[in-house]
Amino acid sequence: MAKYLVQVVIENKPYINDPEGETIHRDLVVKGGYSNVSSVRSAKMLKMVVSSKSEKDAEQTVKKLCEELRIFNPVVSDCAVKTSSKI
Amino acid sequence: MIKIGIAVFPGSNCDRDVHHVLNNIIDVKADFLWHTHDRISGYDAMIIPGGFAFGDRLRAGIIAAHSPIIKEVKRMAKDGTPVLGICNGFQILVESGLLPGALMMNDSLRFVCRWTQVQVVNNRTPFTGNFGQEEIFHIPVAHGEGRYVASAPILKDLRRKNQIVLQYAGDDPNGSTDLIAAICNEEGNVMGMMPHPERASESLLTSDRGNNAIGIFRSLASFLQQEQKAIV
Repeated sequence: MAKYLVQVVIENKPYINDPEGETIHRDLVVKGGYSNVSSVRSAKMLKMVVSSKSEKDAEQTVKKLCEELRIFNPVVSDCAVKTSSKI
Repeated sequence: MIKIGIAVFPGSNCDRDVHHVLNNIIDVKADFLWHTHDRISGYDAMIIPGGFAFGDRLRAGIIAAHSPIIKEVKRMAKDGTPVLGICNGFQILVESGLLPGALMMNDSLRFVCRWTQVQVVNNRTPFTGNFGQEEIFHIPVAHGEGRYVASAPILKDLRRKNQIVLQYAGDDPNGSTDLIAAICNEEGNVMGMMPHPERASESLLTSDRGNNAIGIFRSLASFLQQEQKAIV
């Protein structure tokens, strides 16, 4: 079985304020002169190394565990799962 | 004889305060129960105290929500046993699915540790029965993730079913929707609150603010006493 690096990105849903992203945008990015950057959203990323027979299978395992174990809170967060590379 | 269980996790830090108030101030027997307990019997109510269970890893409350004791607390809650979560305990109840919504980082992005005031919006729960409706009392908060958030349908439900129990009064310490400081489940036997009643139950600790917050524990004790009388 091959090993895959699977990335899990947990981000607030659009209706939830993201004061961290807003602060980074307002106090660092815009004040630093990058006025063409119109918004920043913060997120948390988990990297999981998964032994699996295929890339698709690795992603499915991670998607399943994220929902089953409430790795993200579905009320307020969205979760994106993506394989970045075969190790 | 009433007996209350206090769930203790690695990182709990308000467990002893709750234990002291129950045993020494209002004279109710309370025991510490380590998080590995997978069979609890003989307890009339459970309290999940504040702190930083499992170091708030991943998200405040989520690791504790998967512990053996919370599995038992879920069973007890389903049977109608009163369950009170304070601060981190509220976060644990939300993450375990016993209460709806979520507690997010304060809108100030700062840990807030200070006195505030709350108003009793629902005094028909086991935890607020001794308060007058709309009564306002002083109580301290101490949290980084206390901003209560829920989707529009959940909020609508909370309002309609009278599940908002306490609201911050004349103050907004964390940016909570509807100034929510405490909510209960639909049945009313599970309540989560961000402020700390155990830190304001003795006048020695409250200066001139009064120790009315003890009403949370007194309400619970009265409720359990009445329940026992009804059974006898």
